[in-house]
Amino acid sequence: MSRINDVGGMTGFPAIVEEPDEPRFHEDWEAHVFALNGALIKRGIYNLDEFRDAQERLPVAEFLGSSYYERWFAAITTLLAEKGVLAREETAP
Amino acid sequence: MSGEHHSSDISARVRRVEALLEERGLLGPGEIDQRIDEFAAGGTPANGARVVARAWVDPGFRARLLDDANAVLPEVGLSMAGGLQEQRLKVVANTDDVHNVLVCTLCSCYPIALLGPSPSWYKSEAYRSRVVRDPRSVLAEFGVTVPPDTGIAVWDASAESRYMVLPRRPAGTDDLDEAELTALVTRRGLIGTALV
Repeated sequence: MSRINDVGGMTGFPAIVEEPDEPRFHEDWEAHVFALNGALIKRGIYNLDEFRDAQERLPVAEFLGSSYYERWFAAITTLLAEKGVLAREETAP
Repeated sequence: MSGEHHSSDISARVRRVEALLEERGLLGPGEIDQRIDEFAAGGTPANGARVVARAWVDPGFRARLLDDANAVLPEVGLSMAGGLQEQRLKVVANTDDVHNVLVCTLCSCYPIALLGPSPSWYKSEAYRSRVVRDPRSVLAEFGVTVPPDTGIAVWDASAESRYMVLPRRPAGTDDLDEAELTALVTRRGLIGTALV
């Protein structure tokens, strides 16, 4: 069964918008999330496929309501909890 | 979307996770900042542009590039092994018969080593959903009119396989040297949403 991330051919999304002179990251925390993910994969806490999977199995409403790097952070905290590295309470809002 | 309050919330959570991981010895001090700096100094579309310009001036390089891109990237000082794992690269050439365009329908796979970070539109559901169903109209929105008798090939990247477009060399550029040709090539040209 396909998941919510599998959007090829779907209809109903809004128009494509191109942002002129887009920065690499819009906010500082996004760069930190990007770097954190690379560090955790490098350290073998989880691998790239597990990271993708963790994003793709986010609850649909959370997935669609989150920005790109918010999804990344949700996947990271999910994996850290599942791997027994940090408890859910430690990473919760 | 991210309002100011929301943004400071997530920012604080990210900092907390970093601090906890440092306490537990899973992150080195300064490791995150170092990674951010390295990333900022890493790939940009100028890398892909350099590959394209070499292919325009050197038919032998072009043939080898289209045959096995990973094997020839070191000739221009580049590699697909710099990220988390080595990725296979396939370079697809625009011709009179076919215009190529890239997407990752499942997520946001992209040849970062050659193009730098991807633009938000590339990662958007809007682009990923439509470009495989109706590439001609998506390209038209980007200002690329593909003639009706020219086919469009859409290449869907994955975690292991990445693509890059080799645009056609523009007419009237016979007098330009390799550096000048490199300057003509844009990020969108390398994705396929521009002609060059």
